[in-house]
Amino acid sequence: MNRPSLWEALRGVVRRDLLLAMRRRSDVAMSVFFLVIVASLFPLGVGPEPAVLKTIGAGVLWVAALLACLLSLGRVFTADYLDGVLEQMVLIAQPLPVLVVGKVFAHWIVSGLPVVLLSPLLGLQFGLNGEALGVLVLSLLLGTPTLSMIGAIGAALVLGVRGSGLLVALLVLPLYVPVLIFGAGAVTSSMAGIGGEANLSLLGACLVVSLFFSPWATAAALRIALE
Amino acid sequence: MVPWFSVLAALAIAVGLYIGLLVAPTDFQQGDSYRIIFVHVPAAWMSMFLYVVMAIWAGIGMGLKARLSFMMAQAIAPTGAMFTFLALLTGAMWGKPTWGAWWVWDARLTSELILLFQYAGVMLLRTSIDDLRRADRASGVLALVGVVNIPIIYFSVKWWNTLHQGASVSMTAAPKMATIMLTAMLLMTFGFWMYSIAVVLSRVRCVILERESQPAWGNPSAVSEVAEAR
Repeated sequence: MNRPSLWEALRGVVRRDLLLAMRRRSDVAMSVFFLVIVASLFPLGVGPEPAVLKTIGAGVLWVAALLACLLSLGRVFTADYLDGVLEQMVLIAQPLPVLVVGKVFAHWIVSGLPVVLLSPLLGLQFGLNGEALGVLVLSLLLGTPTLSMIGAIGAALVLGVRGSGLLVALLVLPLYVPVLIFGAGAVTSSMAGIGGEANLSLLGACLVVSLFFSPWATAAALRIALE
Repeated sequence: MVPWFSVLAALAIAVGLYIGLLVAPTDFQQGDSYRIIFVHVPAAWMSMFLYVVMAIWAGIGMGLKARLSFMMAQAIAPTGAMFTFLALLTGAMWGKPTWGAWWVWDARLTSELILLFQYAGVMLLRTSIDDLRRADRASGVLALVGVVNIPIIYFSVKWWNTLHQGASVSMTAAPKMATIMLTAMLLMTFGFWMYSIAVVLSRVRCVILERESQPAWGNPSAVSEVAEAR
């Protein structure tokens, strides 16, 4: 029996998770609707002044994206943990971190990508103009994968723990803060006319570092949860 | 060992406070309000240092599967959180007369606040997992992941141009403050350090007694005390 290669294993995990997500589309739709609703609550709460909305727009959209990602974290591992698939993944001959990358990538496609695609529309609601809008999309494109990578560590740590939904928020949100600062900072500084490149580079750096470390930490956390 | 460190801590803190509050001259710009730094700076140092020590113990525990090092990590967390809170509190008390605000969203203040959340997260994760072995290792992973924040706090005043002033004391350059103030600050740091050791050691003693209360090798009277307390 020949073993599937790493690449095949990775693709298999992504395919499976996307397929499962497609079978339950309402879950995906829920986090997108959540984002839209949270983003629309702010103009109602703060008041519809265009100048105010323009200054808080980037921050609000980033916080909304962060919360949407947080809410969907429970889905990354819980179902597989309950039906035993996760145990098989740990036992399988393929390295667990690679499978984790597959699962996190699938999670990003389901929960992060819709946010990125929807953000120009929401940005328009907050009166962001051409260039800032572009920077917003770019910053979310670089930032949301980082959120998924960091979130996976937290999701793996709280598997099967009581009150895990709230606990994962407490564990993960402090670690999200740098991404939030750089992401919202990129848009703000591009609106101020000094360009968002510096912040975007930092976001890219965050992504690379989390891509490197997070699968190992997540795999370690999964092994702890399953032993 | 605990009494020794406690005595050292009490002495150093008493002398440090005496020099800091009574001997050191009044600052010509800030008046007497600057004297809070004799608590603030050592507390902030300890908050970062203790986090690193906690993460190292957790890392040793993960690597060598040593239960005692997890207990050390568990015992350090509350003290570290206390120093983080103390640093934030004294910083706010200093900021009000000097900056005119209790709190500003400055890079160092924010990252120190995140450190407090991280301590809280590590402790919460530990208490919400019932299985001791899993609680140890899960909070260990979290502690190790959180180490990323420590250099960010430490260098935040250099990397970002912020309201919080840069470091006044460094290993390489001559200190930018009077010797008497520096003496008081270093004494306070030493005192806080000894205090941490004393408190952590006595806390780890309780943790050991609590966890190992089943086998008979522990101190029998203490074991029965713990059992009664339950």
